[in-house]
Amino acid sequence: MAGITAATADNLGASAYKRRPSWVAWLVFAPLAAWLILFVIVPTLTLVALSFGEQRGLGTVEFTFTLENYQRAFNWTWLKVFWTSIWYALLTTGICMVIGYPVAYYIGRSPENMRNMLLTLVMIPFWTSFLIRTYAWITILSKEGLINSFLVAARIVPEPITILYTPFAAVLGLVYNYLPFMILPIYTSVERLDNAMIEAAYDLGARPVRAFSQIIIPLTSPGIVAGALLVFVPSIAMFAITNLMGGGDPPTIGEVIYKQFTSGRAQPFGAALGTLLLLIFIITLWIGRRRSEE
Amino acid sequence: MSAADPGMAASSFPAFFRKIHGPVVQRWLFGAWTIGVFAFLYIPILLLIIYSFNDSKLNIRWEGFTWKWYGELFTNAPILHAFQNSLIVATSTMVISTALGTIGAWMLYRYRFPFQRAIGLLIFIPMVIPEVLMGVSMRAEFVHLLKLPLGHVAMIIAHTTFCFPFVLVGVQARLQGLDPFLEEAAQDLGATPGQAFWKVIVPYLFPAIVSGALMSFTLSLDEYIVSIFTTNAQSQTLPLKVYGMAKVGLNPQLNALSTLFVIGTVVLVIASELLTRRKST
Repeated sequence: MAGITAATADNLGASAYKRRPSWVAWLVFAPLAAWLILFVIVPTLTLVALSFGEQRGLGTVEFTFTLENYQRAFNWTWLKVFWTSIWYALLTTGICMVIGYPVAYYIGRSPENMRNMLLTLVMIPFWTSFLIRTYAWITILSKEGLINSFLVAARIVPEPITILYTPFAAVLGLVYNYLPFMILPIYTSVERLDNAMIEAAYDLGARPVRAFSQIIIPLTSPGIVAGALLVFVPSIAMFAITNLMGGGDPPTIGEVIYKQFTSGRAQPFGAALGTLLLLIFIITLWIGRRRSEE
Repeated sequence: MSAADPGMAASSFPAFFRKIHGPVVQRWLFGAWTIGVFAFLYIPILLLIIYSFNDSKLNIRWEGFTWKWYGELFTNAPILHAFQNSLIVATSTMVISTALGTIGAWMLYRYRFPFQRAIGLLIFIPMVIPEVLMGVSMRAEFVHLLKLPLGHVAMIIAHTTFCFPFVLVGVQARLQGLDPFLEEAAQDLGATPGQAFWKVIVPYLFPAIVSGALMSFTLSLDEYIVSIFTTNAQSQTLPLKVYGMAKVGLNPQLNALSTLFVIGTVVLVIASELLTRRKST
């Protein structure tokens, strides 16, 4: 992830060839600059400003300066919502790492002609609509679903058991959705592994487990960190999946923010929760960057 | 190649096993694991497709092959309307994102603008920010600051904001391999900077531009969270409709719709793969 920022920020390579922009160049560049200001910076500022505002009746908000929304947010009810979201995201990240690492490693060490095919196989679910993939699991896990039909038909259970609408199903949905985000960056790291290092480890008598834990995993840690960020950050607020699969109980932060906003009655409070989520996002990104710089 | 002998070698020559067969065994284990994970990824989708042809509404038992759910799907007016909305939003998002991303990548490559690092960060943020934050801040801005009504335009703006960075980054990657003298040669032969860009640079960037455009289209078509924050009742897109249907429970029409979507996605991904592969040669 830090790699992407570096590339966009500096655009390395032909730096000597870069020119000072003429006024025509400025004019051509203006739409992009305007877009970034108007639709990246200003919305964020509006959200933060709104979090200090006050609700006046349905849908109308006054931009004042009150800390009331934050006082309300630091209450056990809402802290628990944040905790649930972070916990789901952490579980998802850990499980994706355990499931995804061997796959990424296998693909990265495959003969070159096979690599592209295997990568495409990882990419296809990643490009398929997440709602469709979530619905696929609903057809498997629900009371009328495949697993329950099978269990009842085989007389293993007398009546359908509850699998859908549990925290287990919520995390399963998140893992299923974000697994490719973990596999792809780890694969990139594995592909860059120096073969000589691994052979040296084995030549010096390391067993596979030791070679793995002391040589291979440390060498591929940039990929692991990038994958962890790419899974953790979006899954913390992905309430569509936790709602459909987990039934929204316990609620996650994304859903709570959404409800505060659309009911129209507590937009400043929703904005305060959003600002706190923004802080979590910034801290996560900052930790991730420091990790990948080490 | 040595599927039969590692066991024997392990018992009699531990050191030998370690050096040669350790990685081989590991490779087999990881291979089996990978197959398992692919099964985990694909079986739910395959089941979804199979059951779209099942002639029974709520029963999971197979009761014969049918096309009827597809027929019902094509006469389901709310779904067709949502699909139309999705196409409007996704196509507009794709066009604007491709233009913004391509021109932006070229300008950042060619010129030294002030605040380069800040610009890079601002481009990077929409790609990684949780969708809820993007949705909620856009809605706050549209409703309270710009007084822009929610609906198609609001959705297109929001979708473009997280789509064009993907085009930009893809085009930038392709620009890394550009021969810096190509543009100069074109200008020496009498092309204006604009002509050099259109006739020399754009054809060179074409594969990256097309795969960026396809990516924007798919990302927009699939977006749910940013959409619910910026939509109104009339401009509901397909994912919003699908969410509503999936929330209620099993519905074979949804299986049929999903099947069509999966097939569409596979075709798009393969087309974009073929383009990327041509790019590398």
